[in-house]
Amino acid sequence: MEQIFESGGDRDTFEYARLMAEKAEPGTVIALTGDLGTGKTVFTKGFAAGLGITEPVSSPTFTILQQYDGGRMPLYHFDVYRIGDVEEMEETGYEDCFYGDGVTIVEWAGQIDELLPEKTVRIRIEKDLERGTDYRRIIREDTGG
Amino acid sequence: MAVGTMKETEKKDILILGIESSCDETAASVVRNGREVLSNVISSQIATHTVYGGVVPEIASRKHIEKINQVVREALKEASIGLKDLSAIGVTYGPGLVGPLLVGVSFAKGLSFASSVPLVGVHHIEGHIAANYIENKELEPPFPCLIVSGGHTHLVNVKDYGDFEILGRTMDDAAGEAFDKVARAIGLGYPGGPKIDAAAKAGDPEAIRFPRAKVTEHEYDFSFSGLKSAVLNYLNSCEMKNETWVQADVAASFQAAVVDVLVENSEKAILSLKAKRFAIAGGVASNSALREAIEAKCRAHGVEFYRPSPVLCTDNGAMIASAAYYEYRNGIRAGLDLNAVPNLKLGER
Repeated sequence: MEQIFESGGDRDTFEYARLMAEKAEPGTVIALTGDLGTGKTVFTKGFAAGLGITEPVSSPTFTILQQYDGGRMPLYHFDVYRIGDVEEMEETGYEDCFYGDGVTIVEWAGQIDELLPEKTVRIRIEKDLERGTDYRRIIREDTGG
Repeated sequence: MAVGTMKETEKKDILILGIESSCDETAASVVRNGREVLSNVISSQIATHTVYGGVVPEIASRKHIEKINQVVREALKEASIGLKDLSAIGVTYGPGLVGPLLVGVSFAKGLSFASSVPLVGVHHIEGHIAANYIENKELEPPFPCLIVSGGHTHLVNVKDYGDFEILGRTMDDAAGEAFDKVARAIGLGYPGGPKIDAAAKAGDPEAIRFPRAKVTEHEYDFSFSGLKSAVLNYLNSCEMKNETWVQADVAASFQAAVVDVLVENSEKAILSLKAKRFAIAGGVASNSALREAIEAKCRAHGVEFYRPSPVLCTDNGAMIASAAYYEYRNGIRAGLDLNAVPNLKLGER
């Protein structure tokens, strides 16, 4: 079942993610999709804040994975855009993250769909320019019960 | 080590093997006395060598384990030395991806154990800074240094060899990443840095006034995510109004916004530290607009400006060997329990 949240901009997206993180349980995997500039990093910043992480959350596009240990549980932030094939994922140590004691957020998760756990929270952020440049539709779908 | 033998080694040349495998490149290099490069082998280059009898092997990116043996062997061979001639083996142990880091660290530990050559762990950013020592033989700390690459944007006060204070860093995207993402959006493709640099030369940097992000809480920090969004919004609004946009102007205006912020924070650091020298490092240090702007600012303040040549700006083993040399001289050694630390902080051990 899809849940839709209408965001008026970065502040709403941040807050939505922050509240989600406060209720998050260890082992949660979030597949995060959305075009460039829709606020995927803002979502992750909000989520990190909700876990109590105070260090700055920077984009993992080049590093592929950033890990934050300062909160109530670890946050593993992946951007798999640059992953060429599924085999390359093994080098990231992803299994320890997906099935570990923290929350994993995966950007561009479509690239590695077959590696995602059955139980994954799918978040899609969409723009709707007719509603203004800041408007975002955040669509959440939980798979695998 | 006994004092007597230390004196002896001081007279001799100190040869260090540097190994780097934190991200995409597998690289190894031999450097003499911290500043003189005897060999500098990078896997992306070796793939085009004809070492397989004319066949160019298709080696997938980040398959470090398949490349490291050959890269290290080549580095020693080009330097015409053997393992026994080395004073130390330096290796990047963070930050980076755990898999690639472990390949370098494990390989270095194996070499160290087998040859009884001491091991030194190096922070990747410390390596980028040290690239300046190779290029500029007279450069000595203290100096502030701006490190800008695809994965990092740091403004660091280099107080002494191996002694760093992070003044500022990016709160979101790295500068190099902003270049890549904007290049993608305006149809320039990969790699974004050099492509935007080239396109911008034909464009007007004042055509579009993109925002210069200020991070209010920390005066030296950077933010590039908002700028990226501003470029995308500009492109969208042009499309909605059926207006055309000029690729060269967008490239030049975007680049000017990035350079302005990098230069402004660098200047603040120069003034508040009363610096006499300033250095840049990392892949984006090759950007011509950034180089020219910082150089002009340094000249205006009577500050000596340093930068590495492009081959030393990208990830390489020589910068790791140079950084390891100064750690080695400071008496720092790693044990065989050295581990990869994916989120290693600069200045921590």
